[in-house]
Amino acid sequence: MKKKLLLGNEAVARGLFEAGVKLVSSYPGTPSTEITETIAEYPEVYCEWAPNEKVALETAFGASLAGARAACAMKHVGLNVAADPLYTLSYTGVNGGLVLCVADDPGMHSSQNEQDSRHHAIASKVPMLEPSDAAESRAFAMRAFELSEQFDTPVILRMCTRIAHSQSLVACEDRVEVPNKPYVKNPQKYIMSPANAIKRHPFVEERTRKLADFAETTDLNTVEMGGTGMGIICSGTCYRYVKEVFGDSVSVLKLGLVNPLPVKKILDFAAAVDRLVVIEELDPVIETHVKGLGLKVEGKSLFPMEGEFSQNLIRKVFGLPLPEVVVNDDAIPVRPPVMCAGCPHRGLFYTLAKHKVTVIGDIGCYTLGSAQPLNAVDSVLCMGASVSGIHGFNKIGGKDTSGKTVAVIGDSTFMHSGMTGLVNVSYNASDSTVIILDNSITGMTGHQQNPSTGYNIHGDPAAKVDLEAFCRAIGIDRVRVVDPYDLAACDKAITEELAFEGPSVIISRRPCALLKTVKPKPALVVDRDKCRACKKCMKLGCPAIHMEDGKACVDATLCVGCGVCKQLCAFGAIGE
Amino acid sequence: MKTKNVMIVGVGGQGSLLASKLLGHLLCEEGYDVKVSEVHGMSQRGGSVVTYVRWGDRVDSPIIDWGEADFVVSFEKLEAARWVSCLREGGRIVVNDRETDPMPVITGAAQYPHEVLDHLAAKGVLIDRMDALALAEQAGSVKAVNLVLMGRLSKYFPEISMDKWMAAIEACVKPKFVDMNKKAFALGRGE
Repeated sequence: MKKKLLLGNEAVARGLFEAGVKLVSSYPGTPSTEITETIAEYPEVYCEWAPNEKVALETAFGASLAGARAACAMKHVGLNVAADPLYTLSYTGVNGGLVLCVADDPGMHSSQNEQDSRHHAIASKVPMLEPSDAAESRAFAMRAFELSEQFDTPVILRMCTRIAHSQSLVACEDRVEVPNKPYVKNPQKYIMSPANAIKRHPFVEERTRKLADFAETTDLNTVEMGGTGMGIICSGTCYRYVKEVFGDSVSVLKLGLVNPLPVKKILDFAAAVDRLVVIEELDPVIETHVKGLGLKVEGKSLFPMEGEFSQNLIRKVFGLPLPEVVVNDDAIPVRPPVMCAGCPHRGLFYTLAKHKVTVIGDIGCYTLGSAQPLNAVDSVLCMGASVSGIHGFNKIGGKDTSGKTVAVIGDSTFMHSGMTGLVNVSYNASDSTVIILDNSITGMTGHQQNPSTGYNIHGDPAAKVDLEAFCRAIGIDRVRVVDPYDLAACDKAITEELAFEGPSVIISRRPCALLKTVKPKPALVVDRDKCRACKKCMKLGCPAIHMEDGKACVDATLCVGCGVCKQLCAFGAIGE
Repeated sequence: MKTKNVMIVGVGGQGSLLASKLLGHLLCEEGYDVKVSEVHGMSQRGGSVVTYVRWGDRVDSPIIDWGEADFVVSFEKLEAARWVSCLREGGRIVVNDRETDPMPVITGAAQYPHEVLDHLAAKGVLIDRMDALALAEQAGSVKAVNLVLMGRLSKYFPEISMDKWMAAIEACVKPKFVDMNKKAFALGRGE
């Protein structure tokens, strides 16, 4: 079949599909999102957005228990959320094959930390595969199902940003339907009460031993001999950088199965070369294993723990010639991501900045409220931490903080893990103000539906969580809705709710300006005669407003006519 | 064949994904090994974006490192300058000679270096400057800057015929926009 250019993520989806996957449940997260979006295009597969990664993995577990091949996809920090089911799924094992696709983000292109998912594989005693391009992403996704059923274990397919978001050539084949395995009640395997789990743990250890034996012989781990001078052990994208630099001039042990790692294969490889080097991004996982075998090896003594690697980094480390480059003498201003023109979060953050309140933030587009000139966020930790965090903050701060602190969280993040925090706010009588930024979509990851939007992954109508009713049902009586395009209304709501003693929720509701269903209004225009160049409109940090020849100017190609700047102008200089 | 490296750089939302899709499709059809690498996520929010397109007999690394790019194709002046250190010796910048202010310039925290391309040219950097926006408008849409730039880039690859480019446009663009995009491409190419 003719080869096609596919993103690594699309290739994973293709591999899952061809292997007969029947259910995929995921929560979006860069750089993993396209796996699920691609699967959703195959009518043969049941596919959904779940509220979070734990729910997604537990759903996939249910499908596996019922006998079907099932999968879920998430970013690296999503695996922390799904870690609870994962660690015990390692004990129960599977019925139908079960694959977790997990995308790490070395270099943190769009993440809050740089954690290395391999630690989860080791700690949960679950095998992990790591592809080095799109063709392997497809092939390894298929192999993951085979291993899952052969060894009775969930399997993790580890992606990273460069593999997930790089296109390379893939030869696709047809889907092979895999009949569901019968579900047979088996309490000793599936009820992880202490008595059963005690018996299951030796099975896990025995399985790891079998997988370690498998690691010695599998073609997932390959040796390419290129002389006896230097031998490099690597996996994933690092393998590609090594081949780019050295071609066939060094020997390479490429690990496709990165947990568990082989022993004899590494000892034999080490014996065949004079100098042994491990090249791996993030933590020294392979290196630690190799050192544990008593071998002399270099790794993090040469390469950093942080960030992505590249061909020139490898050239530099080994003292190879580097290209001459041109450098700018001019200072080049950075171009950070910004809230879009017409972003509904802007008016709300402007109001928060004006009131100089402490803002416990969360994960989403609105993290950008932390950027200049709004500078309106104090902390961002992880999904849901705003709502739980403000509660602890105000329990310690008391009246000193509760009247001037808010939590902000998006609709999707609220569904993910803000709801439980809000239950705590209510249950433990928090004097806290929580603002739900409801833009009717999961924004940052590129517009995915969620349980509060009223649509499912296919865009079909679905049950819609009523946020106001939900807040009231858990015991919060003060719930109000504001339009963030209305600055006076934002001001009033924030003033009144901060003054109120007790838990309260403000829902700042306005759909994302980038949604296709949102029709832009005509661009606003500045009357240059009326503009006094006070630059008040510039305080909004709107990319559509800049100064031109000493007066404010609205870029007609960017402006969507939200009108927030117009409300700010004291001289009536901004009009339609 | 030595691997060819083209970087497409710009500001999130300017249409670099279509440009890289077009190139990727074309080079695939030509029978090369191809890698196209992009970073998603935050890039949609008006930040600096970069896409790497590499082709040859065998392409390993998905990225283009400093000193390796044959071409830096830029939707905007500042972004061309930002990535200039990726150019190899003798490499060339193809740039839409327009300025889009980044937020630090908008807020007054930084100055836009208006002369930056002149300074680079004075150092001997090969720069092909064009008003791609004006040509895109002439073709019928300000959004066709990407195709204008691809048209200009195509001049540097005479081994790939105009027919192949046209076929790639037909394969990658929605039918109702094909004619407009072909026109933009031709204007960029100077035909």
